Amino acid sequence: MNKLTSNLADAIRASGLQSGMTISFHHHLRNGDGVLNLVLAEAARQGIRDLTLQASSLFDVHLPLLDHIKSGVVTGIETNYMSAGIGRAISEGVLEKPVIFRSHGGRPAAIASGRVVIDVAFIAAPAADSMGNANGVSGPAACGSLGYAMPDARYAKRVVVITDHVMPYPLSPCPIEETDVDIVVQVPSIGDPKGIVSGTTRITRDPVGLSIARLAAQVIEHSGLMKDGFSFQTGAGGASLAVTEYLKPILRAKGIQGSFGLGGITGYLVDMLKEGYFAQLLDVQCFDLTAVESIRDNPQHQEISAERYASPNARSCAVKSLDAVVLGATEIDLDFNVNVHTDSNGYIMGGSGGHSDTAEGARLSLIVAPLFRARLPIIMDKVTTVTTRGSAVDVLVTQRGVAVNPRRPELKAGLAAAGLPVLDIRELQSLAHQFTGVPRAVKPQGRVVAKVEYPLGGIVDEIRSVIS
Amino acid sequence: MRRSLLFIPGNNPGMLVSADIHGADAVIFDLEDAVAPNEKDAARLLVRNALRAMRDLRVEVVVRVNPLATDDFRQDIAAIVPLQPSLIMPTKVADADEVAVISRTVADAERVEGVPAGAIGLLPLLETALGIENAFSIAGCDPRVKGILLGAEDLSSDLQAVRSKQGQEILYARGRVVMAARAAGIEVYDTPFTDVDDMEGVSADAKLARALGFSGKAVISPRHVAAVNAAFTPTEDEIVYAREVLLAIREAERQGKGAVSLRGKMVDKPIVDRARRLLDGARSLGLEGTEP
Repeated sequence: MNKLTSNLADAIRASGLQSGMTISFHHHLRNGDGVLNLVLAEAARQGIRDLTLQASSLFDVHLPLLDHIKSGVVTGIETNYMSAGIGRAISEGVLEKPVIFRSHGGRPAAIASGRVVIDVAFIAAPAADSMGNANGVSGPAACGSLGYAMPDARYAKRVVVITDHVMPYPLSPCPIEETDVDIVVQVPSIGDPKGIVSGTTRITRDPVGLSIARLAAQVIEHSGLMKDGFSFQTGAGGASLAVTEYLKPILRAKGIQGSFGLGGITGYLVDMLKEGYFAQLLDVQCFDLTAVESIRDNPQHQEISAERYASPNARSCAVKSLDAVVLGATEIDLDFNVNVHTDSNGYIMGGSGGHSDTAEGARLSLIVAPLFRARLPIIMDKVTTVTTRGSAVDVLVTQRGVAVNPRRPELKAGLAAAGLPVLDIRELQSLAHQFTGVPRAVKPQGRVVAKVEYPLGGIVDEIRSVIS
Repeated sequence: MRRSLLFIPGNNPGMLVSADIHGADAVIFDLEDAVAPNEKDAARLLVRNALRAMRDLRVEVVVRVNPLATDDFRQDIAAIVPLQPSLIMPTKVADADEVAVISRTVADAERVEGVPAGAIGLLPLLETALGIENAFSIAGCDPRVKGILLGAEDLSSDLQAVRSKQGQEILYARGRVVMAARAAGIEVYDTPFTDVDDMEGVSADAKLARALGFSGKAVISPRHVAAVNAAFTPTEDEIVYAREVLLAIREAERQGKGAVSLRGKMVDKPIVDRARRLLDGARSLGLEGTEP
């Protein structure tokens, strides 16, 4: 039996791909991914049309996709995140059928339940053997965890592993197992390592960001969750990452042994694992080279699937055992609804990723955000797009104080008793308005170009085109 | 005591709303060089709103306005005076006549707006060769002038000098402005250190400024505030010594002597005055145990 070929065209033919089917891709190669473009170009060459793209995320490296939309090769997109270049085109109406946005947990739940059927999964693999055992820790395009690809491999009707680094059988470790794989294709390159993981992720040096992070760490300290077994997740951006640095001395001073760090993993969480703050890291995606090396070398750094990370349909998943998560926001409103999908003009420039999953799952969900971005206050009467429901958000942390969701009066009382600057969210909004005045709300009024599906299913909001 | 005066761009609400969280003793809301010409209107509006919103905050607010020769100057004064900042910083001040015009403009605005006469002080920025040469007459010409600030970037350009981190090219100007301010009995502030990432450099530069006699130092990055504050904060050793000086001179006075020996050195009036000033400064910073 030979699964291995070096001809992508043959592999696509052998996969049985036909017009009208759904094909899937993972985003572990991030903005360095070469595979999605390769596959679409070959499908177009073979005259295949009317494909639905089931991609865990789309980056601007995938901009050639827009041509495939215009030519009818791609007619549907379902994804968890979309960077600003592609988002702009979608917002301007390039795709007739509305994009379906899911979350990192909602996507595998939809796939596992059969609500989403993947006809062919194309899985970019930094290393694979001739039978399709594959991992992300070796090879020139090493990206670490392959967590988002695992559900695709498990549930898709046909699975094609695409690699540029064939290793001797049997490959170990193998988060993608040969039992699920139909075809292995060797190509010259699956992507540009420079775009895959940054060499290092850096904590913000912006003093405002740091002061927000310090305050966020104090909120966690006084939340009642700081005890042995503490678990934590933070995003890789701006102030979120800095919270880890301020948490360390608090954990140290209290002598607390954490249980796990979760999520997209950065070098900062790896350092916390090494320094003994956490017993384990649960890693669905690596954000930097330190994380890639750690997941390869450290058995306490576990690779987990998107299902185990956050699928609400699973019998259990990690976000439901999570104590605290620190998240960002493009906008937040008086009901604590958060938008990370669209910018203030209504253009798509992101997506939930794991935002709604972790906010819904964790015992404490903190949003860290400055009161302004450029000249725009981030606290709105109503967010332009609801990504995460306010009922899942506990605290907003800004540089001028924290606002606690009225659903958590005991938390508010605890933080106030600890001497933290606790304000009503309306007070923070009014402070911002004293500087800039009340901004005119901009809500695009065109046709629906995207729908935001909540982790458990059900549409939480619709995104309309900016130019109708 | 103004150890650090932190510049905040007037057109950036995110930085304005965070102005007081960096630990600077004073903040300078900037309407001048940090703001592009087409943003001047917006910045005036934002700074005015910021002054109104931040009235209750502890940090002292200075507003840097555009030069007298520009159309923006009068609009800046009209917008800012009603909110009564502690100090207005006129820029590129060349001589005492200019200060007189500025002072009159502020006085007129105070009258119109019902602000107590003389409530708003001036902190002229000297950043031209002519301004430095006229430093003493500028420093002493008007009771509104509470201090002067040296601006080394524009100055070294005017001098056709090469700007360096060590600052040999501004040593004369530094000496000159300190001399002028002290002769006039006002405060004097040093030019900012401009390499945002060089933390050792800013610390050394601030220590030099203090040694030369400056009261404090302007700062262009919040990240520099701590180093500048530290350089201008009396050290524990200095406080201990100053207290010993006052105890020793008290003892000497009891014995009818004007001078006394302490740690092998003569202590007389200038040293006692310096010790008093240092302890006053320490007390104003809330450092405990400064009473001898």
